[in-house]
Amino acid sequence: MAKVLMKGNEAIAEAAITAGCRHYFGYPITPQNEIPEYMARRMPQVNGTFVQAESEIAAINMVYGAAGAGARVMTSSSSPGISLKQEGLSYIAGAEIPCVVVNMVRGGPGLGSIQPAQSDYYQATRGGGHGDYRMIVLTPASVQEAVEMTVQAFDLADKYRMTVMLLGDGMIGQIMEPVDLDAVKTLMAPAVEKPWATTGMKNHPGRNVVNSLYIQPDVLEKVNERLEAKYREVEREVAAHEEMMMEDAQIVLAAFGTTARICKSAVRMARAKGIKAGLIRPKTVWPFPYAAFEKAAEQAQSILCVEMNMGQMIDDVRIAAAGRCPVSFYGRSGGMVPTPEEIVAAIEKAVK
Amino acid sequence: MAVVFEKPKALANVPLHYCPGCTHGIAHRLVAQALDALDCADNTIGVAPVGCAVFAYDYFNCDMQEAAHGRAPAVATGIKRVCPESVVFTYQGDGDLAAIGLAEITSAAMRGENITVIFINNAIYGMTGGQMAPTTLVGQKATTAPYGRQLVGQGSPIRVSEMIATLDGATYVERVSLHDAANVNRAKRAVEKAFRRQIEKKGFSMVEILSTCPTNWGLSPVEALNYIIKEQMLPVYPLGVLKEE
Amino acid sequence: MEHRIIVAGFGGQGVLLIGNLICHAGMEEGNNVAWLPSYGPEMRGGTASCSVTVSDDEIGSPIVTQPDICIVMNQPSLDKYLDAVQPGGKLFINSSLIKPTRYRDDIETYLVPTSEVAQEVGNLRTANMVMLGAVAAITGVVKTESAVAALREAFGERRAHLIPVNEKAMALGAERTEKV
Repeated sequence: MAKVLMKGNEAIAEAAITAGCRHYFGYPITPQNEIPEYMARRMPQVNGTFVQAESEIAAINMVYGAAGAGARVMTSSSSPGISLKQEGLSYIAGAEIPCVVVNMVRGGPGLGSIQPAQSDYYQATRGGGHGDYRMIVLTPASVQEAVEMTVQAFDLADKYRMTVMLLGDGMIGQIMEPVDLDAVKTLMAPAVEKPWATTGMKNHPGRNVVNSLYIQPDVLEKVNERLEAKYREVEREVAAHEEMMMEDAQIVLAAFGTTARICKSAVRMARAKGIKAGLIRPKTVWPFPYAAFEKAAEQAQSILCVEMNMGQMIDDVRIAAAGRCPVSFYGRSGGMVPTPEEIVAAIEKAVK
Repeated sequence: MAVVFEKPKALANVPLHYCPGCTHGIAHRLVAQALDALDCADNTIGVAPVGCAVFAYDYFNCDMQEAAHGRAPAVATGIKRVCPESVVFTYQGDGDLAAIGLAEITSAAMRGENITVIFINNAIYGMTGGQMAPTTLVGQKATTAPYGRQLVGQGSPIRVSEMIATLDGATYVERVSLHDAANVNRAKRAVEKAFRRQIEKKGFSMVEILSTCPTNWGLSPVEALNYIIKEQMLPVYPLGVLKEE
Repeated sequence: MEHRIIVAGFGGQGVLLIGNLICHAGMEEGNNVAWLPSYGPEMRGGTASCSVTVSDDEIGSPIVTQPDICIVMNQPSLDKYLDAVQPGGKLFINSSLIKPTRYRDDIETYLVPTSEVAQEVGNLRTANMVMLGAVAAITGVVKTESAVAALREAFGERRAHLIPVNEKAMALGAERTEKV
């Protein structure tokens, strides 16, 4: 199939179906409404299920039930709705259920705005729910990458039995770009068996229980230690990033998602002005590609972190730099999107 | 020698943790008897609540999921949509179902999810230590209503079954009680009917079971049955079929 | 080559479709393209706009703030974008609805009588295609044939009979456009 023009939200929905997702539970919120709308139209055509839940809380708990019964399941929302889902995400982490959650981030806090933002970075990477847990967080910068990461998300979720969040923003959701959906089929990993799923005892030996309650502290501690070991494994195996013009870069931009593509324009403009700029774009923000930034901090004069928030990923960049080079910040928030020109000005300030 | 009494097969062979005199044990037994009678335990997925019945996932001989507080009907919806041919039930108390989970139970009933809901109404929060529930009677004392539930400010109890029965999606709603043997038998028939109707794909069914909490009511088990259920609860929560279609 | 385009006007004037068709045609011609609609509060006020980028290189920022091609279908859009157009850029004004009071001499301005031409071809709803025809012919951002092909795909079989009148509107749009 040739490339087709699709909105990010719709492309993600179709990619989920390509990945074998046949159960979607969601609740309307801008700017991700095209996902539930697309699923409502498309799921009946593929013998799938679309349920418009009574709330984001109900939607994530439907995900819990359906994924606990072994299906590939997705929900999507935007910032305020993702806040409501935190309860379910914590339970899902505790019960080790695989699922995919899309967050098309909008400006916050509170009701905020409906324009693109990246201010849910802490919530996504530090865990917005209670308890020691992690989610794999993928950050697409284009519609093509969003569909590839959607397919990857289902595979990673099944492999590690954990939530994979696709962390986009209003722009990734609304933008229309050419996308090759057939190409993503080649990325799919073989299906993973789910002998733990609650499908009825006639379908497996013994009883299966999906649960996150361990009332004895010593037992729960063991569970947490096991989870932690799994998270360490994910850190080793899943962290990913992209580099641009890093060979001789003296000022290194750090940015993810939409902001990273704007930074690419800025890097080219800075190079045209004779400034040796480069870019490291984390494709996963948990696990965070610390090694790439450790290396950059050795090589570069300074790192400039650019985000659509007041400075969140910069914490991870600073952890990696560990004082080896200065780390500065340029950000816009509330739904404002930085322009390449603004970023170039910030680069010029940083290299002075 | 003829067996005149035995433990239902669908009830796990473990000691229950409930307080002496609590009727959760009877309610569990009724659910297990229904699964046995319909021979469906190996094709059943139950959803346990948060509350006294939080460990219910250990008490039934079938697959179980433990839900967050109040979310059991949403979890059950997810399971049923993946396993439409399986029997899916929730077992929820009044704090779980009638307070924090009111949206989930109402919406699951509205959608007509083909699931069975066992709703234990003992007019109090048991697990957390006797706090006021939405079902607590006016004047009834609770740790968060030390002067008794006040009409002004705390309102009068919610009648969930009557409310759910107004929804077209709910096809069978009955309120039963466990305060004497005759009523336990009626409850047994209601629970079995609720499961049978699910197997017959008749849609959403709910059985509200008036239950005791001797510990938090501060009464002996017998007093709890006679005094609270019979004299205080029945006038507020009349028994019977509220809807059957 | 990179064209950065803004299309703006009232909701219902087909501004999102103009952007969409440029995008589609650009993709079919082998370029990278991106289309980003305005969404949210500004939509509620009745105005709609979209950013379109057509490039033979990887597209960085998909948000267009300084267009080299700017298409305005109503007066508020002209007021908003007149000074945003890049020096040397091209501004297309829907002269059926807009009477400009000020012109910039560092950009090329074109007046497109969209409604008049649409009336002339016998279908008022082709006004946005009149504009697209003018833009395609004058800027070459996409070929007119590619735009027609994109429209054919968007219309599908059910509305295929409307293609000739739209094609006519595009051709006449290019012809009737006046450079200021």
